[in-house]
Amino acid sequence: MSLLPYFVLGGAFGFVLVEAEVVSWFRIQEMFRFESFHMYGIIGTAVVTAALSLVAIGRLGVRDAAGQPLALQPKKVGSGVRYLAGGTIFGLGWALTGACPGPLIALVGSGVSVMLVAVLSALAGTWTYGLLRPRLPH
Amino acid sequence: MSQLFTHPLPWYVAGPLIGLVVPALLLIGNKPFGISSNFRHVCAALAPCGIEFFRHDWKQLGAWNLAFLSGLFLGAIAAWQLAPSAHIAISSGTVAALHHLGLTDLSGLAPHEVFAWSSLLTVKGFIAIIVGGFLVGFGTAYAGGCTSGHAIAGLADLQPASLLAVCGFFAGGLTTTYVLLPILFR
Repeated sequence: MSLLPYFVLGGAFGFVLVEAEVVSWFRIQEMFRFESFHMYGIIGTAVVTAALSLVAIGRLGVRDAAGQPLALQPKKVGSGVRYLAGGTIFGLGWALTGACPGPLIALVGSGVSVMLVAVLSALAGTWTYGLLRPRLPH
Repeated sequence: MSQLFTHPLPWYVAGPLIGLVVPALLLIGNKPFGISSNFRHVCAALAPCGIEFFRHDWKQLGAWNLAFLSGLFLGAIAAWQLAPSAHIAISSGTVAALHHLGLTDLSGLAPHEVFAWSSLLTVKGFIAIIVGGFLVGFGTAYAGGCTSGHAIAGLADLQPASLLAVCGFFAGGLTTTYVLLPILFR
């Protein structure tokens, strides 16, 4: 499996995140204060574009090399606690750092090098979740 | 080069380009878009410590995503070198709100008063960078995804779990914005 196509696609994604200012703490503040359409326009059109693409891929019946249909795996909803609780914890951090995981990494390379500490701290957060996972409601 | 771009890149250009990452990853290798899984893969690679959550085969499951993330990092460096956003032109309402919070310098991608190495061990810097980063890593692992996996790919796929997660993202984000930041910054 060649990793090059993933690397190139990731490069394009990172480029767009910076040029569209999605990586900016100020843009995230503006979003959570509902004072600009910019971030909602980006997320909204991204969702619509991805949704139409998924419908097209499904209708065309495209399959991968192993013969499996191209599709996202459905996430089990269960009680929903993990999504609401985990989502809320992430949201608290998203507005503090002004960055979700992609932008967090992008910022290290785009002039806010102290975000390297936030990335290491995020790794510690994921590690702590792994440790506590058996005792958390899901 | 910077003349090639108006800043910000308009939402109606950036949004569809980001949305196309979802089908592109499926067409390349039937992979799901999601950045935060990489935190789990890195933990599994560096410090699995016998924890069940990190016992998966991270090379088999995560090499493609770590390659994607490496590309993202270099793409961000390229963007910043070729055409940096000198000033984020946020709305006047947000400018007034941030001044009211006590932030004076609104230049750059993030407030210099908080996001600088020299601020790391101040209360503001510690909470915004270290505590904030920790919550991002903990919360995305707990929720099984972040903005890319839930808010973009999951919502596009009409998954109820992702809608719950996005409700959580906003519950948390609004709490920080309207409750925590005023306490922290004033």
